Amino acid sequence: MKFYIDLHLCLQTSNFFHVNSMVEKAAALGYKTVGITISSNATIEEIQKLKELCSSFGVDFVTRIDLAPKSVEELLKNLRNLRRKAEVISIECLSKQVARQAAKDRRVDLIRFSLVNPKRRFFDVAEAELASGSSATLEIDMAPLLTLQGFRRVVLLSSLRREVQIANKARVPIVLSSGADEPILLRGADDYCSLAYLFGMERFEARKAFSENPKAIVERNRRKLSIDFVAPGVHVVRRGKS
Amino acid sequence: MTKYVRRRYIAAKIDGNKEFNEKEAFGAVWNSLTRLFGEYGASLAELSLVEYNEERRQVIFRCSHKALDMVKASIVAIIEVANEKACIRVIRVSGTLKSLRTKMANLP
Repeated sequence: MKFYIDLHLCLQTSNFFHVNSMVEKAAALGYKTVGITISSNATIEEIQKLKELCSSFGVDFVTRIDLAPKSVEELLKNLRNLRRKAEVISIECLSKQVARQAAKDRRVDLIRFSLVNPKRRFFDVAEAELASGSSATLEIDMAPLLTLQGFRRVVLLSSLRREVQIANKARVPIVLSSGADEPILLRGADDYCSLAYLFGMERFEARKAFSENPKAIVERNRRKLSIDFVAPGVHVVRRGKS
Repeated sequence: MTKYVRRRYIAAKIDGNKEFNEKEAFGAVWNSLTRLFGEYGASLAELSLVEYNEERRQVIFRCSHKALDMVKASIVAIIEVANEKACIRVIRVSGTLKSLRTKMANLP
């Protein structure tokens, strides 16, 4: 059975109508789980409200925090403070130092790079080797492929093609997300898989990047965030009565 | 002896606020195909419009089976039809028009 996850819906969480229309469309397109970016100071009530909205459409809600630290110190500080607050942590790497640290840090789930500036895409062989040793996954947003045109799209496609090859060689998992901020940019997972053909991803790889890979991240982090988790490989099986 | 050409039939649905006609729908796909793959790529696709149901906003395209991935990517990449925000979703792909219609009829 197809189980598709879109880990990156860019919503204005304060605008209820916008959130409603996006989640409704995602559900109609067949996504079973959606990741919605919350602010780092989001309250439990706000998160609960989003969860209820998603469940009203039969969609599982994943909390996600997007960070764009300017230095390694800022990255480490943010990870210390926010890791247990969200199920998925995504880092937009603005410098090479941040990219290297994010790739080797086990608290980072997704690493992303600038979609408009090719000089700020630091996913090379060294980065891939670091990422393969940790749990970091390369995330590719699909919305810019729809909105960019001409030279910018050509450059982006060329960068993505190279990065997909590097990631496959180093066995770094790839997650494809919509990155959509309006319903018109949202497509079904099968349609996105067709679009992934443009940067050299095989259909089965693209499907995996929309289903198994994000599912593994969410399940791993939910296990870690549950009260039964003690340490990697150790969890509470049963509790005593006293 | 002429060589047998394998074709693929693609059923798609247009999502948008405005009503579009046959020419606008085909123009959007054609523009997207030439933008992404150039005139040479478009010539390989042998794209044509078979049927357009304005009421259900469903359209059936025919293309060469070798260019199926190209045409599907071009369809998905559309964000505007006749200068109006719209998108086209691929519903089904089939090797014959008859089986495509059967599959479409069985859709919920």
